[in-house]
Amino acid sequence: MLQRTDASQRGELYRVKLAINGAPHDVEVAPWVTLLDLLREGLGLTGTKKGCDHGQCGACTVLLDGMRVNACLLLAVTCDDRAITTIEGVASLEPTAGGGLHPLQDAFMDHDAFQCGYCTPGQICSAVGLIAEGHAHSRDEVRELMSGNLCRCGAYSNIADAVWQVLRDGTAGEGGR
Amino acid sequence: MIRFDYVRPTSVPDAVKALAAKPGAQVIAGGTNLVDLLKYDVAKPSRLIDINRLPLRAIEDTADGGLKLGALVTNADAAYDVRVAQRFPLLASAILAGASAQLRNAATTGGNLLQRTRCLYFYDPHVPCNKREPGTGCPARTGVNRNLAVLGTSEHCIATHPSDMCVALAALNAVVHVTGPAGERQIALSDFHRVPGDRPDLDNTLERGELITAVEVPFSDFGRHYTYLKLRDRLSYAFALVSVAAAVRLDAGRIDELRVALGGVAPKPWRNLEAEGLLAGAAPERRAYEAFADRLLAGAQGFGDNDFKLGLARRAIVRALTQAVAGTPQSQSDKRVA
Ligand SMILES: Cc1cc2nc3c(=O)[nH]c(=O)nc-3n(C[C@H](O)[C@H](O)[C@H](O)COP(=O)(O)OP(=O)(O)OC[C@H]3O[C@@H](n4cnc5c(N)ncnc54)[C@H](O)[C@@H]3O)c2cc1C
Ligand code: SF4
Ligand code: FES
Ligand code: FES
Repeated sequence: MLQRTDASQRGELYRVKLAINGAPHDVEVAPWVTLLDLLREGLGLTGTKKGCDHGQCGACTVLLDGMRVNACLLLAVTCDDRAITTIEGVASLEPTAGGGLHPLQDAFMDHDAFQCGYCTPGQICSAVGLIAEGHAHSRDEVRELMSGNLCRCGAYSNIADAVWQVLRDGTAGEGGR
Repeated sequence: MIRFDYVRPTSVPDAVKALAAKPGAQVIAGGTNLVDLLKYDVAKPSRLIDINRLPLRAIEDTADGGLKLGALVTNADAAYDVRVAQRFPLLASAILAGASAQLRNAATTGGNLLQRTRCLYFYDPHVPCNKREPGTGCPARTGVNRNLAVLGTSEHCIATHPSDMCVALAALNAVVHVTGPAGERQIALSDFHRVPGDRPDLDNTLERGELITAVEVPFSDFGRHYTYLKLRDRLSYAFALVSVAAAVRLDAGRIDELRVALGGVAPKPWRNLEAEGLLAGAAPERRAYEAFADRLLAGAQGFGDNDFKLGLARRAIVRALTQAVAGTPQSQSDKRVA
């Protein structure tokens, strides 16, 4: 349950209905709570990361009705009646995964597309959005259209390889584990 | 963050009423600038009016062959709309040069016009800033001003307007449609943002209580003779230090019509119609571009950190005109400068 601020600070709470990773949620939030804080603090979905909290890093990327957005700059109240997919739910987006991982998750492992892993949930959600948008047709375009996700470990070239491979082949490829 | 309440009207009249009903009420659209400003305690609304349920998401054809973008059309939906990409590739290119894919999915046409400056002092409520708190002073003039203005400044403020989209809209002679308590009106984009003068707190000419409903882009036919050249500290996901939106129409090997707007250097997209007019009829060659650049940059003044913008802007204008005349617009994914 969403934590409430102490009574002296508590304003009105607003009821918000969200479908998160396919499951309906009915929550009460103060209007200043971001979707990121609701997911992490309110619902215990800590896969989505808080990097900068100011739209500058992409660690908080989630899919809102299938579109990638920065959850740190979105107020939860404004998401009423909308569907959210977080890293916890991406595998179930792909029926072929058969209970396994999303092809992008496999590809990130095959290509060693992370070091510390902090940016990875945002990178993968962003890549799911990128592929759905359909505007990247080359590795260069993948790099440009993934620029909203910073990686302090500098795994960029492997991230671009992983995303480009899934975009091109639809699978993680044969790097296979 | 301060405490505020929240309403979610579903029609434009209701939104305008809600905006007028409570002092300090403020509109929220994509939230990509406003939520940031709330976190810094720079924006302190008493109430947020969520306009995301208003019917302002359409891109409509206009009688003259132009397009009208609803205020809630996202930056991504505008840039990738087939009609926008075909008729106004300069606009699509400028939008795609801005922010990131995630931000463009959330950011709206109206919000982009009204985003605030990226001056560091403006974002820090513990230091003076005339734009945030009139009369407190402008530490940027003698402080950190690498990303700030060299044109249109006043002794009270040297902030830039950071938008890319607006620079293209200025070159395309766009018109902003607004609705307020007194009814509807239209404001030319070039009259929408204002220079600070002695009122740096006012970024634009919107009246209190007015809502942007659409931005109209009139027909134009520059074909491939356009470019949006954006120069910044890294290749993507960074605000412009200098940007140039240029469009040219050639006739019998001479410049027939020219439009150039600058971003990153002024409190508003910077144009000089007289300088543009002087180039009409000229042969498209480097010397003419340089003379034009000098006219457009007349009166430019640096404040230390940003002195480099004078030379950079001059070279960028010449480069952009070269690209536009050649019909080789700057790619926004391959950043090598052609
Ligand atoms: C990290 C980062 C990088 C960025 N880089 C760039 C860049 O390179 N280039 C660029 O151009 N931009 C950039 N942006 C800015 C981004 O484009 C703007 O934040 C966005 O366009 C604002 O739109 P919004 O709908 O989210 O506005 P909101 O944040 O919802 O609102 C912004 C302001 O507009 C008002 N408002 C919104 N809609 C209306 C309306 N219809 N009528 C009246 N008032 C309204 C709000 O009250 C608020 O004051 C960047 C932002 C971030 C966070
Ligand atoms: S330049 Fe403008 S925004 Fe920046 S500190 Fe000075 S008054 Fe404030
Ligand atoms: S945490 Fe949202 S962009 Fe960095
Ligand atoms: S893997 Fe460490 S930040 Fe990207």
